[in-house]
Amino acid sequence: MAHIYTPGLTVTPVTIVTKKRLLPIPGTVLVGQSDVVTSENVVARAELPGKVHVVNVVNQLGILPEDLKDFMTKREGENIRKGEVLAENKPFIKWLKTTVASPITGTVETVSGATGQVLLREPPRRLDLCAYVDGVVVEVIPGQGVRIETACAFIQGIFGVGGETWGSIAMVAEHPEDVLTDHQLTPDLAGKIVIGGAFVGAHTLQRAKAVGIKGIVVGGMHDKDLRAVLGYDLGVAITGTEKIGFTLILTEGFGQIAMARKTFDLLRTMNGRKASISGATQIRAGVIRPEIIVSSPSDAVPDAVGIPGSAKEGVQPGAPVRIIREPYFGRIGHVASLPSDLTLIPTESLVRVMEIEFPDGTRALVPRANVELIEG
Amino acid sequence: MTGSAESSFGQDLKAHQTQSRDFPAMGAGATLQTIVATDCGSTTTKAILIEKVGHTYRQTFRGEAPTTVEAPFEDVTRGVLNAIAEIEELSGRKILDGEKIITPSGRGGDPKVGVDIYISTSSAGGGLQMMVAGVVASMTGESAQRCALGAGAIVMDVLASNDGRLPHEKIERIRSLRPDMILLSGGTDGGTVTHVVEMAEYIAAADPRPRLGMSYNLPLIYAGNKEARERISEILGKKTALTITENLRPVLERENLVPSRNKIHDLFLEHVMAQAPGYKKLIEWAGAPIMPTPAAVGLIMETIAKKQGINLIGVDIGGATTDVFSVFQGIFNRTVSANLGMSYSISNVLAETGLDNIMRWVPFSIDEQDLRNRIKNKMIRPTTVPQTLDELQIEQAIAREALRLALGHHKTLATGLKGVQQERSISDVFEQKGSGDTLVDMLRLDLIVGSGGILSHAPRRVQSMLMMVDAYEPLGVTELAVDSIFMMPHLGVLSTVNDQAATDVFVRDCMIYLGTCIAPIGQGKWGERCVEFSLAFEGGRAPLQETVTFGSLRLVPLGVGEEATITLKPSRQVDVGAGRGESMERKVRGGVVGVLLDARGRPLQLPTEHAARIRGLIDWHKALNLYPFSQA
Repeated sequence: MAHIYTPGLTVTPVTIVTKKRLLPIPGTVLVGQSDVVTSENVVARAELPGKVHVVNVVNQLGILPEDLKDFMTKREGENIRKGEVLAENKPFIKWLKTTVASPITGTVETVSGATGQVLLREPPRRLDLCAYVDGVVVEVIPGQGVRIETACAFIQGIFGVGGETWGSIAMVAEHPEDVLTDHQLTPDLAGKIVIGGAFVGAHTLQRAKAVGIKGIVVGGMHDKDLRAVLGYDLGVAITGTEKIGFTLILTEGFGQIAMARKTFDLLRTMNGRKASISGATQIRAGVIRPEIIVSSPSDAVPDAVGIPGSAKEGVQPGAPVRIIREPYFGRIGHVASLPSDLTLIPTESLVRVMEIEFPDGTRALVPRANVELIEG
Repeated sequence: MTGSAESSFGQDLKAHQTQSRDFPAMGAGATLQTIVATDCGSTTTKAILIEKVGHTYRQTFRGEAPTTVEAPFEDVTRGVLNAIAEIEELSGRKILDGEKIITPSGRGGDPKVGVDIYISTSSAGGGLQMMVAGVVASMTGESAQRCALGAGAIVMDVLASNDGRLPHEKIERIRSLRPDMILLSGGTDGGTVTHVVEMAEYIAAADPRPRLGMSYNLPLIYAGNKEARERISEILGKKTALTITENLRPVLERENLVPSRNKIHDLFLEHVMAQAPGYKKLIEWAGAPIMPTPAAVGLIMETIAKKQGINLIGVDIGGATTDVFSVFQGIFNRTVSANLGMSYSISNVLAETGLDNIMRWVPFSIDEQDLRNRIKNKMIRPTTVPQTLDELQIEQAIAREALRLALGHHKTLATGLKGVQQERSISDVFEQKGSGDTLVDMLRLDLIVGSGGILSHAPRRVQSMLMMVDAYEPLGVTELAVDSIFMMPHLGVLSTVNDQAATDVFVRDCMIYLGTCIAPIGQGKWGERCVEFSLAFEGGRAPLQETVTFGSLRLVPLGVGEEATITLKPSRQVDVGAGRGESMERKVRGGVVGVLLDARGRPLQLPTEHAARIRGLIDWHKALNLYPFSQA
């Protein structure tokens, strides 16, 4: 590769983030260009088509599909209430009459002369799309949604579960190496985003749910605890829709790993402020990482600040990095040198490496692929 | 089982592609001197340069760059240009004029300027994702699935009248999936129309939306009972971009998948690709239709099998998915195990196979929690590489399981047609064979071709060979090879333009023959005689005669292009392919690894006792010089 770039996670006190908020199906946009919105505001709305129910009328009446239309009391497109007669036969003897009642309130969608089935649809459900972040609407995409821009502190995690939520930050850990424990999760933390240190276990997460905590941010957790929380073994890292009662963000990875000092210190300065967080993670093309967004007044943002992810430059000597694979997994240091030649590593693979210097002054050669830039 | 329609797929596809669109360079196949080809993968765009050197084509340079379909670039051509720019740097050939590819070559009389044709495959943005529907799950449902898979799609779900789901569950599923395309089949021609019309009604009720974009209707191919076409048009004509083609199962005894596959490729280009960022430009640049990556790989696999008249299994193990291709008795099949892979989906391999199955390949002990955390960390940081030997051994253990599971999945779909009445002889009755048996016969398998990072880039080639042997447990005599730098997609699409160029590069630069595995069938006590073999080499090398005992591996070096005659005399209960206790003599070919005699028994059983298993693994690794410590 001619270009050496090791993607990293952004941890920055000031930046501008733009969020595209799109409906899953066409609908109505409720805000206008330049409108100021807060995370709770509904910015767009759609009507999700109601659930479809299939009624096999021909079987119930003992008739042929091609005759079905003659026995229907309701036509396609008509409204119907639950229990109302949908179709009936016309016997000579009145008490032999059979009727088919509607199992739902909705509309008659299809009456099929081919299959003898009648499809009924429940009324549409309203889908409200919230702004998620406090900011300004910078673009309206008619019928689909908006783009919202916010000046903020922006922290990306490495993995998360649970969807979008917001609340005020409660710094519970005193040090990045701390383990979050049950007794730290007091009832006054309900509705808040709790910042732990290096680790959280399944038992503490149960307590978090019971207390009503909205979000937890920690360095790491064990895979077995994730299984316990989810109730299944997560096979593919596509998350964000889990209903576990809170949103969980790991900043470092799996295992007990101290939160990077930069992340920890930044979160500490944000203590008590409102944050929007999302656990959604997608580690394939179009990577999505979990995020913590703390919006700030726009005049606090210097002009030169860019949007994370748009200005990718190569790793330079001196850059802070995190090692993301054994045998140095989780250690943080800075780039000492970037040897250009391919280097033979213990597996006998020839790879490009970096020389990393750790805070204690020791150095190690690490494949460039196993190093992550701490951006921001 | 009838496979005539399938067996002509390659030719039909080429013919179809040359007819279906007006690509200027298609007729110029014989005059091509330089070709640049790309594969736009979900993470990396890989470019290769092919040049005619004397009378043969060779792959000369390669470049790669991150794929740029997603934000912030949202234009696939950016990654293509970057990958080609890398080739420019390495080769000294000027291929780009600003943001355009210079065609043909020799502009201004300079032979080092331009290329004669640009071609590409694509699996970017998740590839082609389809939902298929049939009436009976094991009949038209399966045929539709085979059709979509063969066209290079990932099948998100198979809906059928008898799939056990209630109607509203089917409708919810259709609505929530958001595929790129739907293939609806069902009913034989002239048969009942009710059930396939019912499926159409469910699709219409779901009003499915395409994955990419909101402004167009979802492409839907109807390839079912022709008597139902009118009703299908009434039901789906306005709600979908409906295309009607020949029934893919016109009679119970025959599949006719080619017309539907061709339609899938057309719609892939016209609808799906046209919606993906930058693809309109890419389609304009390309001198041949852009193919889904797996379809191109399948095409080249099928071509090899046909040209050499062999049965083969090909595998492409990637980060997210594992594709398996097979050609048995001339019948091509492909499956994709969407969540078996070595990075994004690595955790799912663990979930599916269980920890014990992974650990049985690892020659040391490791704490379960530590291993589980390591696997999850690989999942969330998929681009990392093993730095230590134990990490490499763990990854290769997981690869064995991913390969094994994916082949198991493949065997269930690469079958004869189900529900077909067969004439039976008395011997068939005793064998208890039914319709729908798998076509994958490991004893009749001639060649295994491996592809994907973990196989193509293993530090020692013998590691690739043993991974495939452990996972697939070939029986009798089987050759093995790997794709050197994953250029099979490029060669697949190239074969539709210039067969000679594709064949030349495939033989000389793409395939790395590892050697031949000889695996006697049977079980025995470790240390007892399994088979006696003698090898007569060409060119004056002294012959070799040895006895291999149960539980052992023996590797005999035999170089690339070399052949030897092997005589096998198995023990009474052992079968080397000629029957129990029967001797056999045949030619075997060498490779970069050599001839591997695998006397560990079939089915392969590892010792259950922990220390014995580790001892066994270490012995095998030493016998093959598998890892650096093996030399000690």
